[in-house]
Amino acid sequence: MSESKLKRVDLIFGEYSSVKFKVLADTLKRSNEDILEDLTESGLKGRGGAGFPTAIKWKYAAETPSKEKYVICNADEGEPGTFKDREILTRVPRKVFSGMAICGKVIGAQKGFIYLRGEYQFLMPELKRELEQYNEHMSKMGFDFPIEIVLGSGAYICGEESALFESMEGYRGEPRNKPPFPTTYGYMGKPTVINNVETFVNVVMIMRLGPIQFKLLGTSDSRGSKVFSVSGDTPIPGIYELELGMPLEKFVEEFGDGDTKAVQVGGAAGFCVPRKKFTETVIGFEGVPTGGSMMLFNSSRSMYNVLHNYLEFFEEESCGQCTPCRVGCQQLRKGIVAVKKGDKQSLYLDQLMKLAESMKISAKCGLGQSVANSFSSIVYNFREEMIY
Amino acid sequence: MSKKINLTIDGIQVSVDEGTTILDAASKLNIHIPTLCYHEDLCVAGNCRVCVVEQENSRTLPAACAMPVAEGMLIHTNSGKVRVARKHIVELLLSEHNADCTKCYKNGICELQSLASQMLTGDHMFLDLVPDKRYTIDRFNSAIIKDDSRCIRCQRCVRTCEELQSVSALGVAYRGNKMKISTFFEHPLFEVVCTNCGQCVNRCPTGALIERNYVDQVWDAIYDTSKHVVVQTAPAVRIALGETLGFAPGKIVTGKMVTALKRLGFDAVLDTDFAADLTIIEEGHELLERLKSALVDKDPRVALPMATSCSPGWVKFLEHTFPELLPNLSTCKSPQQMFGALVKTYYAKKKKLDPKNVVSVSIMPCTAKKFEADRPEMRSSGYKDVDYVLTTRELAIMITQAGLEFEKLPDSHFDSIMGASTGAAVIFGTTGGVMEAAIRTVYELVTGRDVPFEDLNITPVRGTEGEVREATLLITKTKPEFRFLEGVELKCVVANGLAYAKQVMQNVKDGTASYHFIEIMACPGGCLGGGGQPIPTNKEIRAKRKEAIYKEDMGMPLRKSHDNPDVQEIYKDFLVKPLGHKSHELLHTHYTPRKRY
Repeated sequence: MSESKLKRVDLIFGEYSSVKFKVLADTLKRSNEDILEDLTESGLKGRGGAGFPTAIKWKYAAETPSKEKYVICNADEGEPGTFKDREILTRVPRKVFSGMAICGKVIGAQKGFIYLRGEYQFLMPELKRELEQYNEHMSKMGFDFPIEIVLGSGAYICGEESALFESMEGYRGEPRNKPPFPTTYGYMGKPTVINNVETFVNVVMIMRLGPIQFKLLGTSDSRGSKVFSVSGDTPIPGIYELELGMPLEKFVEEFGDGDTKAVQVGGAAGFCVPRKKFTETVIGFEGVPTGGSMMLFNSSRSMYNVLHNYLEFFEEESCGQCTPCRVGCQQLRKGIVAVKKGDKQSLYLDQLMKLAESMKISAKCGLGQSVANSFSSIVYNFREEMIY
Repeated sequence: MSKKINLTIDGIQVSVDEGTTILDAASKLNIHIPTLCYHEDLCVAGNCRVCVVEQENSRTLPAACAMPVAEGMLIHTNSGKVRVARKHIVELLLSEHNADCTKCYKNGICELQSLASQMLTGDHMFLDLVPDKRYTIDRFNSAIIKDDSRCIRCQRCVRTCEELQSVSALGVAYRGNKMKISTFFEHPLFEVVCTNCGQCVNRCPTGALIERNYVDQVWDAIYDTSKHVVVQTAPAVRIALGETLGFAPGKIVTGKMVTALKRLGFDAVLDTDFAADLTIIEEGHELLERLKSALVDKDPRVALPMATSCSPGWVKFLEHTFPELLPNLSTCKSPQQMFGALVKTYYAKKKKLDPKNVVSVSIMPCTAKKFEADRPEMRSSGYKDVDYVLTTRELAIMITQAGLEFEKLPDSHFDSIMGASTGAAVIFGTTGGVMEAAIRTVYELVTGRDVPFEDLNITPVRGTEGEVREATLLITKTKPEFRFLEGVELKCVVANGLAYAKQVMQNVKDGTASYHFIEIMACPGGCLGGGGQPIPTNKEIRAKRKEAIYKEDMGMPLRKSHDNPDVQEIYKDFLVKPLGHKSHELLHTHYTPRKRY
């Protein structure tokens, strides 16, 4: 532990220019094609967890003809175990605004919104002050792109992009059918780019460094660095910016307490990697992707309790509209309880694994589809803990 | 012409218009993909997921109802993956559904049940979630019963209430495992804006929303020898009843229905149509009186436009939504209630019966009529004017219970008195019908001539679904007593479905529309699409019913309400004159402003 093996990066939080909004000012002078080309070249993928190539998303929105378009920053950071967007918004909000403004220029949007998680209300006063400065600068630069902050009401599902639009429009936060996708039919039915907080910051970083330098970090599938929220059984919990594509083993060596039995990568919606698979697991889009959440569990933890906790979370946070998610989550949680109690035979776990597989392919949105990730990986790797 | 998209479904190539869903494309190939939350009348929800199909090169299974076709798509509707997912989904629905089917009103006609039998879900794969939920049944309403334990959260009712009716009495509450279909602060249905229109009942795939049925009470009355049981049948029943009893939609079964009712043991089988004709006389005169007060006496208190009041769902909607416009509502009771009031007065007197021994039953295409009959003001005979209201569906149940082979029944005629009707009354069952019937009479009253339309068919006011129909009729060469209407353009508007009614009334409220006469029917297509009509319902079925109604009208020897001999007789014998003292006592009513939640 004394000798650090993982490269620490300081691109996201670092301040590189004494001139405020310098990167933004420089970028606004460039052509949209240029900007998009740099983005494409950089290979940047969305930092919210799903990893959709940012350049393609922007391009789609840019190509959709419409008088009204929107840029939305998804700051509904609700995944259990992640707290990196809060840190970014606290420390470098200007980079977020800049990234949004660049997006606005590229796609031809008139307005940007930050959908802030309800629980982050305390960030509002500072963010508003920063926004004022941003607006001042923008008017000086002669580029009009107002940004507004919208506060969520505390539903996990509203982090799902289409549910987020519904929420913003004043409806129940329920995911929409896709297609149409946000780039053609988003907020208010208009073409919309919605990106994670960190993605916008990455855009600014690419604009400053250029795609070549950005690509020096990470692997061919996972370019750049990523902010990780490290929690659980670790002596050094916190926010760390690390290079993507690292082996999990190294991560555990550095952050574990020496007794790590599993790491939950990507929060409740992510995957649980047991100790025996640390060496072969890579953190990145080619391996196990994450929106930033890294939870370490040592041998004192019951994986049954961990899973039960996640399932309780999903059971409550499902919007309840689609069958696989609404009822499936209840069945999974009650199912493992029944097995644990001996009301159901251990073979019932296999039935539940099949159900989880069905949920993964038939649920309406990412929430229901990703419940199987933690469920299957925990039940598969810690089956005996589920039974005894 | 729209662009054609080529795709392959189950190995068969098909070319369809851009924007078509996989569900519709498959049906072109005669492949039936099971659905549950999908309903032709409603927007696509894509939330039950029963219709999932496999799309090659896609990680997930798209919902066929919500997924538009794309060029080169390769779809499998019956692959192993699809079968497993569908079975899981139906099993999940069953696990949160109170599946004691034999105790359910919808036993045998439940969409979930038939899906379950299709999927061979015999072994109950998952845990029963129902006991933990502590459901309560809302049975405090006289028209509709809501049983959450049978609800599968498909939201068809929510979409119906909001999109078709703009009532929004039903909505989604809570989320996740607690998600349910609920009302404003979970109040019982009778305390909220629900109009009892029953459109949700028509579309609920399970037994979660059903009509309150009075089948046993009616049987008891029939068996009670001390009671004289009179039944009236609404115009829209005769053109839809056949659907549940072996006929295709659009079959007119008036004669068979009358025979069946007689065989069931009703003492007299009479016709609501008679009261519909009566309504026209009263409402027509009311309209003329209002026009006179407005045009001649310049009375500022007179409320114009005047709106029809035959549809109890519409009446309650107005009481909730536009209470300030209640004076615009005709004070005429609906035909059902006029009939009820007369059965226990005029009819009882004529037949020398003690009204307390008369039981008045009505067969209606409607659930709101049940609520209407229970209104405290509907007791002008001194008794409850209509004791029991049965829907078309309940009548079909009674006919089946009695073992009648409906298809083979001979035809017979309504009894008298109060059994005669005209074509004008028949068309009360469709949108625009009351307007047309009223104009046939009013025009003749005012000018002494037939309406200037071929075969009395006033097609400009014949409304259609999904639109507000406006029409004007120029009145010329009036009789001397109606000189004040000379040269007046009578402005009429017809709307069906409460969403459209809301539009019309908003315009009236805002003063942006100047009408004289408004006809509103609460249900899509009018009474023929009523909440008590046979299930399923869709545009095609309703169009066939509508055709049948106009066919029945054309086939009637009498086409104008004022020609109805029974109506003429009742004015001579009993009522004396339209809007007279007796009329006011028995045939007119008042309304109650209600709260908007």
